[in-house]
Amino acid sequence: MKIYVCVKHVPDSAATITVVDGGRIDENITFLLNPYDENAVEEAVRIREHHPGTEIVALTAGRQDAAGTLRSALAMGADRGLLVVAEGLDSQRTARYLEAAIRRDGAPDLVLTGKLSIDAVGYQTMFRLGAMLDMPVINAVTALTVEGRKVVAECEAAGGGRLVMETTLPCVVGAAKGLNAPRYPTFPDIVKARKKSIETVAAGDLEIESPAGGVALLSLEPAVQRRRGEVIDGPAGGAVKTLVHRLREVERVI
Amino acid sequence: MRSIGILIEGKDGTVSRNSLGAVSAARGEDHRLFALVPDGAAASYAGALSAHGVHNVVDMRFEDEAPAAFDPVRQAEAVALAVGHFDLDALVGVTSAVGKEVLPRVAAQLDAPLVMDCVEIHLADNTARKPLYSGKTVGLVQLTGSTPLFGLRPNVYHPSLAPEETRTVSFAVPPGTDARLRVRKILEPRQEAVDLAEADIIVSGGRGMRGPENYRILEQCAQALGACVGASRVAVDSGWVPHTMQVGQTGSTVNPRLYIACGISGAVQHLAGMKTAGLIVAINQDPEAPMVKNADYAIIGDLFEIIPLLTRELLRSG
Ligand SMILES: Cc1cc2nc3c(=O)[nH]c(=O)nc-3n(C[C@H](O)[C@H](O)[C@H](O)COP(=O)(O)OP(=O)(O)OC[C@H]3O[C@@H](n4cnc5c(N)ncnc54)[C@H](O)[C@@H]3O)c2cc1C
Ligand SMILES: Nc1ncnc2c1ncn2[C@@H]1O[C@H](COP(=O)(O)O)[C@@H](O)[C@H]1O
Repeated sequence: MKIYVCVKHVPDSAATITVVDGGRIDENITFLLNPYDENAVEEAVRIREHHPGTEIVALTAGRQDAAGTLRSALAMGADRGLLVVAEGLDSQRTARYLEAAIRRDGAPDLVLTGKLSIDAVGYQTMFRLGAMLDMPVINAVTALTVEGRKVVAECEAAGGGRLVMETTLPCVVGAAKGLNAPRYPTFPDIVKARKKSIETVAAGDLEIESPAGGVALLSLEPAVQRRRGEVIDGPAGGAVKTLVHRLREVERVI
Repeated sequence: MRSIGILIEGKDGTVSRNSLGAVSAARGEDHRLFALVPDGAAASYAGALSAHGVHNVVDMRFEDEAPAAFDPVRQAEAVALAVGHFDLDALVGVTSAVGKEVLPRVAAQLDAPLVMDCVEIHLADNTARKPLYSGKTVGLVQLTGSTPLFGLRPNVYHPSLAPEETRTVSFAVPPGTDARLRVRKILEPRQEAVDLAEADIIVSGGRGMRGPENYRILEQCAQALGACVGASRVAVDSGWVPHTMQVGQTGSTVNPRLYIACGISGAVQHLAGMKTAGLIVAINQDPEAPMVKNADYAIIGDLFEIIPLLTRELLRSG
């Protein structure tokens, strides 16, 4: 089997984000493999355990530094990496580059993604990729079985329910947290990953058809949310009474 | 005149409050609103949709044998067809469980721009505001190209009345062309589970709860408030509560009018999922906890003493 795993290089969620020039972030912070994409890589590795001969290609579109995220995927077990160097991407462009890079590289049986990127909160790349590759898409998957060409996936639905969907390979699957517990690479894994190959492709070398439109970021501001931070003092009984009074009579939220 | 489509959701014959909020957000001087109803309940939704300003209720009728109770592929096909048929200039929906499945599928089919999790939309110039980078920033984005799609963050836009003359149009959806993906079954949530993302009031517990058995006191408090119970990742990872209860960056993004955080320190990844809540209350023994600084009101003390007192006071004064 040939599995492509799309991984995104995103700011560490714990990093302090500083807005510069009113429209972008200071990128001098730690970037990591998008958390859900870790689940996608882990799932690929588990599938390979049951399907010997499987090749796992980790794929990203982003700045040159995104190679760091490919290294993380390689340390988790991906066989090789593919980096499309591109900037100013929105979802429509991202999907086009990922599709072009996959088609140029080989014929996927399975394309894995995370269910969501935590920086852009797009909720859509996998669906676009599926439409372009002409493959069915199942997202937010918490359980996956691949038997022969048959794929059964359980995914998140309203109110904590689950949707069980069935399809066949080739398809696109977006991983949710519950799918598996991503492994922590060991030191030898990390050393081994340094020897694996990462192929870099310039965006210009992939001939994509420009989308008719897209999503442009006009400005970015720090989220300011002034909270009163009022500590209600005194013995617990009195404090609770005061709180309930505030919620009911002053704030009118209950 | 612009034609705006709204993807409608509902349950048991009632339109969801968030869909009515989306209708309210989509109204405009020169807008004609098309409520797209793919779940067969158009007749029972029509009254509420009319009262909130919808001009056309589109009753989508699937010509093939009844699809599963919820089939995102079929719904998306139907909505994409309706966008063409009614020549819609934009489509608005909710970033709900249904919206997350249907809106991106429609956008992918139409190769149209989509922004999810919007906290503000302006259909006049197709701009929107949305939290980016774990909610630490807010971006203003503009969508260009055919039929921009917007997914609203739940509980941001509230329904407001604006009665309209409404007609219901029946829209026949031809049998599906893509049978590769099938919904085999829908596993219902545990009875008491409610969609946190759309909850009005949430009482959440973290590491401070110390164990699964103690969630009972949170449930009692939640019951007194008509609230849902949430949790931090530590509580989920410790196996105390299911993953569906996790609030935060890698859990649910919630936007209730009241969020009560009990024994939750307020790590950035937790705040990322709840910091837009209307009002935040922290119950924590540590006055220095970030959650206390991010709250409107805080009570400093032992949650095992405070929560039962709170429940009692709510019931007594309610
Ligand atoms: C990539 C990534 C994603 C993450 N995603 C999420 C996410 O989605 N959601 C999430 O929640 N976390 C997430 N985390 C984890 C997050 O960083 C924190 O570890 C977690 O939120 C802490 O949970 P907590 O507040 O329950 O526990 P702690 O940080 O240990 O805080 C416990 C709090 O309880 C208080 N306390 C203890 N006992 C009592 C008592 N008897 N009475 C009153 N107060 C008491 C303490 O003072 C303390 O403030 C993520 C982390 C990473 C790296
Ligand atoms: N620039 C990118 N490079 C590689 N994969 C990406 C990129 N952007 C998004 N993805 C994949 O698409 C998923 C969903 O992203 P999004 O649509 O932005 O929420 C992510 O979890 C990744 O697997």
